[in-house]
Amino acid sequence: MLGTCGIGQLVEALGGRGIRIIGLEGVEADQLGPSLPPLLKGGRPASGSETAALAASDQANGASAAGAPQRPEPSSLLIESPIRSGQSVIFPYGDVTVLGSVSSGAEVVAGGSIHIYGALRGRAMAGSMGNARARIFCSKNEAELISIDGYYRTSEEMDATLRTRPAQCWLDDRVLLIAALD
Amino acid sequence: MAKVLVVTSGKGGVGKTTSTAALGAALAQAGQKVAVVDFDVGLRNLDLVMGAERRVVFDLINVVQGVAKLSQALIRDKRLETLWLLPASQTRDKDALTEHGVAIIIKELRARFDWVICDSPAGIERGATLAMRFADAAVIVTNPEVSSVRDSDRIIGLLDSKTEKAEKGQRIEKHILITRHDAQRAARGEMLSIEDVLDILSTPLLGIIPESEEVLRASNVGSPVTLSNPASAPARAYLNAASRLMGEMVPMTIPSERKGLFDKLFGRRRAA
Repeated sequence: MLGTCGIGQLVEALGGRGIRIIGLEGVEADQLGPSLPPLLKGGRPASGSETAALAASDQANGASAAGAPQRPEPSSLLIESPIRSGQSVIFPYGDVTVLGSVSSGAEVVAGGSIHIYGALRGRAMAGSMGNARARIFCSKNEAELISIDGYYRTSEEMDATLRTRPAQCWLDDRVLLIAALD
Repeated sequence: MAKVLVVTSGKGGVGKTTSTAALGAALAQAGQKVAVVDFDVGLRNLDLVMGAERRVVFDLINVVQGVAKLSQALIRDKRLETLWLLPASQTRDKDALTEHGVAIIIKELRARFDWVICDSPAGIERGATLAMRFADAAVIVTNPEVSSVRDSDRIIGLLDSKTEKAEKGQRIEKHILITRHDAQRAARGEMLSIEDVLDILSTPLLGIIPESEEVLRASNVGSPVTLSNPASAPARAYLNAASRLMGEMVPMTIPSERKGLFDKLFGRRRAA
């Protein structure tokens, strides 16, 4: 097993041969320093990955508490305006809440759950760092694509009776389920 | 204090140039000093619609490059003495525009006019982003159909991120101008309703311009539609929109063509 020093040297050596490393997988997050490529997830988590993902995000946040805690707090992002077509919100560290609609052609990617107090007309991808317990909530479901932990469904495959209604989506044993909330 | 207004849309062919000319003329008719600026370098149309295509000597690119002074490039309208046009170049393209050059021109125009209306090209590339860069307010021209609405939404996102005001954390005033509205097709459900458009775009409505043959007639004779036929439905709608831009409260209606019997049969539709 390579330590932080070893990983750094490997990345540098590969860089010298024209190979740029964009992400690392299968290492403990605390072995990665700020000068190393980030911890990335392939979408299918190995067991125990959730803690690693949270720890990685905590490190990326700059680990506010000196002496990084064992259970870092999840954080959340609040957006108070609509998300326009072409805009992309990526927040791997926790939940995302949007006070407004998500337009067709826009996307929200969250490490945790996604809460949209408005119409979802674009893409919502929750649990992006391998969190199968993440959920997606919206006041009006007109989504183009929803995904939780890599399992996705497009609007064509969605039941028509669930459109234009408040809905929640969750993963049940690797099956994506959608139910109306009204 | 001068106001810089950008007329943009994202989608092409929805009525930006027509609206720039019509709103510019309407504001000038109300006594304001107005400059309309064509940012569509290489595909200029504003000079045609304004009827000034035979009087173009210097253009926006010449001024950006310092070849000509602004006063040499500005063309005064023959019908309204407070309306001026700064045409685009037809032989060059958008790469000839620089942010620094445009900044200087806008600053000079602000000092001389009450309103500077920038006619943006279609798209989201350099021409469109430079046209909106120094704007205080924006009119987003939208047809009530799905592709236009989505493109307008994209442009609104860009207005909130790529303008100087947005970068300073200030808000740009945004207004939706719905053009080519056909009341009969809307009633049949073939066009998006006004409510749907506003629901998707979540931006206040400036005006609703009905589809009309008057627009083509006006551009063929080289005149803004508010000047060639002020009694026509689109002209009245543009005049109302200009009044709203100046801060007046004008109730929102969709003017219809005065056809006597038809008007009585279909009545006037009030939009929210």
